[in-house]
Amino acid sequence: MSDKKNSAGWSRRDVMKAAGAFSAAGAMPMFFSRGAWAGETFRNDPGKAASVKLGFNVPQTGAYADEGADELRAFKLAVKHLNGEGDGGLMNTMKPLSLKGNGILGKKVEYVTGDTQTKSDAARASAKRMIEKDGVIMFSGGSSSGVAIAVQSLAQEMGVVFMAGLTHSNDTTGKDKRRYGFRHFFNAKMSGSALGPVLKKEMGTDRNAYHLTADYTWGWTQEESIKETTEGLGWKTAKTVKTPVGAGDFSQYITPILNSGADTLILNHYGKDMINSLTQAVQFGLRDKEVNGKTFEIIVPLYSRLMAQSAGKNLKGILGTTNWNWALKDEGSKAFVKSFGSEYGFPPSQAAHTCYVQTLLYANACEMAGTFYPPEVIKQLEGFKFDGMGNGATEYRAEDHQCFKDVLVVRGNENPTSQFDLLEIVQEVPRSQVEYDAKIFGGELGPYKV
Amino acid sequence: MKAPTLKKDLFVMLIFSAVILTMPFWLEPLGAGYPDLLQKFAIFGIFAVGYNILFGLTGYLSFGHAAFLGVGSYTAVWSFKLFTMNVLPAIVLSVLVAGLFAAIIGFISLRRSGIYFSILTLAFAQMSYNLAYSVLTPITNGETGLQLAKSDHRIIDRLFSEAGEGLPSTTFFGLEMSGYSGFYFCAVLLIIAFFISQRIFHSPFGIKLQAIKSNQTRMKYTGYNTRPYLLSAFVISGMYAGLAGALMATTDPLAGAERMQWTASGEVVLMTILGGVGTLIGPMLGVGIIKYFENIFSAMNEQALHQIFAFMPDWLADIVVAITSPFVGEGWHLTLGALFMIIVIFLPGGIMEGIERIKKLFSRKTEKPVQQAEDNATS
Repeated sequence: MSDKKNSAGWSRRDVMKAAGAFSAAGAMPMFFSRGAWAGETFRNDPGKAASVKLGFNVPQTGAYADEGADELRAFKLAVKHLNGEGDGGLMNTMKPLSLKGNGILGKKVEYVTGDTQTKSDAARASAKRMIEKDGVIMFSGGSSSGVAIAVQSLAQEMGVVFMAGLTHSNDTTGKDKRRYGFRHFFNAKMSGSALGPVLKKEMGTDRNAYHLTADYTWGWTQEESIKETTEGLGWKTAKTVKTPVGAGDFSQYITPILNSGADTLILNHYGKDMINSLTQAVQFGLRDKEVNGKTFEIIVPLYSRLMAQSAGKNLKGILGTTNWNWALKDEGSKAFVKSFGSEYGFPPSQAAHTCYVQTLLYANACEMAGTFYPPEVIKQLEGFKFDGMGNGATEYRAEDHQCFKDVLVVRGNENPTSQFDLLEIVQEVPRSQVEYDAKIFGGELGPYKV
Repeated sequence: MKAPTLKKDLFVMLIFSAVILTMPFWLEPLGAGYPDLLQKFAIFGIFAVGYNILFGLTGYLSFGHAAFLGVGSYTAVWSFKLFTMNVLPAIVLSVLVAGLFAAIIGFISLRRSGIYFSILTLAFAQMSYNLAYSVLTPITNGETGLQLAKSDHRIIDRLFSEAGEGLPSTTFFGLEMSGYSGFYFCAVLLIIAFFISQRIFHSPFGIKLQAIKSNQTRMKYTGYNTRPYLLSAFVISGMYAGLAGALMATTDPLAGAERMQWTASGEVVLMTILGGVGTLIGPMLGVGIIKYFENIFSAMNEQALHQIFAFMPDWLADIVVAITSPFVGEGWHLTLGALFMIIVIFLPGGIMEGIERIKKLFSRKTEKPVQQAEDNATS
């Protein structure tokens, strides 16, 4: 068979050239029209449309699926309240408030949902679909810091604001911070600062800690922050071991602890991972052991009520921190628990709370800016001080887009009065104690206009 | 067997190119005409077309091709980080590195055939995944995924210009690689990849590969050493996977370890089988179906279903939504599984077999309508 020429006189090279030219010609008009925005025009400008779309990108499958489901409930509730339906929830207590209960800037709020699968690739594909196909003006969600960081950099590239949901890694507003990304949730550094004094009081200054750490950005930074705190107290660190996310069986990681000489286990795990590792640690009898003349203790630096529900009695007496708890008695928390409870029949988790608050904060910033134009909205959020959202007086720090507010140190309740009354608040650590310099983590926010 | 002429191939090529390049227009009504999904169609098209060179022609079922995809992605991102944001060096490097990787894995795995070969490739892929996930974290950044940073070197770019504010984006000599221009770039590469695969199918080399599939022992008795042919096919398909991986990083400069997981390898097997193993167009159809399900069906919720069935009376719409909702959203895997079962049971040759059957039915009907009627009567 001759490869060079056929009867029509077309060589392979000619065909390739023609195909290349044809497709380049096809791409041209698209290319120029896509690059055409200038001035005040921006991606997914709702213009004169009667409605505006938000995207909720949460894990519906995988190790963090429980959190994702609760986040989605909160998002739906927030949309309802923004559109003036339901009892208004936190819009009754938020100060200062620009929202009017008629959508955002008079446009009805609609939403689309997506599944991040707790994988960066899938999360970015899902976020891109929301931005490119559904035309969302803002997207939110989370439950894994790896995912949050990946979609946050996408937000910057695309010029669409991302209001992070549950993400606790220092990197999200540290070395990987972005101008288009905002985080209301607290972080590992703040957990460490809040836990420090309580640990000192309850467990003393002479302990030997063993870390099991989820092997990704959140686990790494939490291990680092907690280690910094405990070593500051004078504790020793016996060993730090990384475990894969979604491992399921942690027995191979727990057996070595028994012979390591450590008297404290710090579980830098979350979601189903934490439930599994804690349950197994208790089954292996760690909590009944005496090491170096001290009772063996387990610490779970990042807690959530959802996890407590699944871990059951294993969690009794174990210390940790949380961003928010439904048992708080301030006006904002009560209002949120009431409207979430009457909608779904059970109290909200901290993941639900942060996602709900983030949605309202974004909408409020749009109202304040009087436009959806992202650079203006971002400027309103930066340095925004508010109250009545369940965490007391809160500030969105302009330098790193991290919210600063009080942190809760909690303990697994010894005598729960209901199936939801699982965490007992040990201390509300004031904001001043957990504040840190924005410069310590490095990173750059990047430009307003993209 | 008779190889089609180059002229006929060119005709197929022209139609194929036209269909691919007009995708943004005809996929729009299906809700799939947006750049990210279009790019995925083209990229996984390249992946599946390349995979089909190995699986379709030689019958060697590799369960580890995602490893090459991942290697391609990591290489491309490192090229963006170290050298330049221009995609050309990234793509060339990725294809070469993936090819090298495939040569090593292929050299070892191809000592066995059948199920043993599949297991070996699976083991290698899983090894690569675990290396990327937790051992080689300085190179791969583990679970978080390898991303660009402002402080990257980008030696070649720095020779020509200062670093701008914010992260640079990938370009092909000034042409943006995101959005529609990114899709057209991938589409052109898909067309070229398809053309090469078509020539391989109809070349003496391709026929030898098919001979290996039908009876390797006989092939050996006629004096052929089959191993070099197999290895070439393995390396070529590995390079295709590397190209696909590079394009994934090109359109979205991030590389994650989950790209190498065995589920990703399984996905390309599903795509090929669903479309039709050993056919040229089949894998493309499989890609289209799976990616469409993954991106469109998975995003549907009850609200969207109500909009679709809005034309029905309310009570009927409610019933239909109640029945269909378990199959969309989180349930998209269920729908895909059911579809896969139906196709494998009734059309073992994939969708291409279905098309062939319809074609046959149609041509028989037009040629011998009376005969056809009799057939129907007797059956």
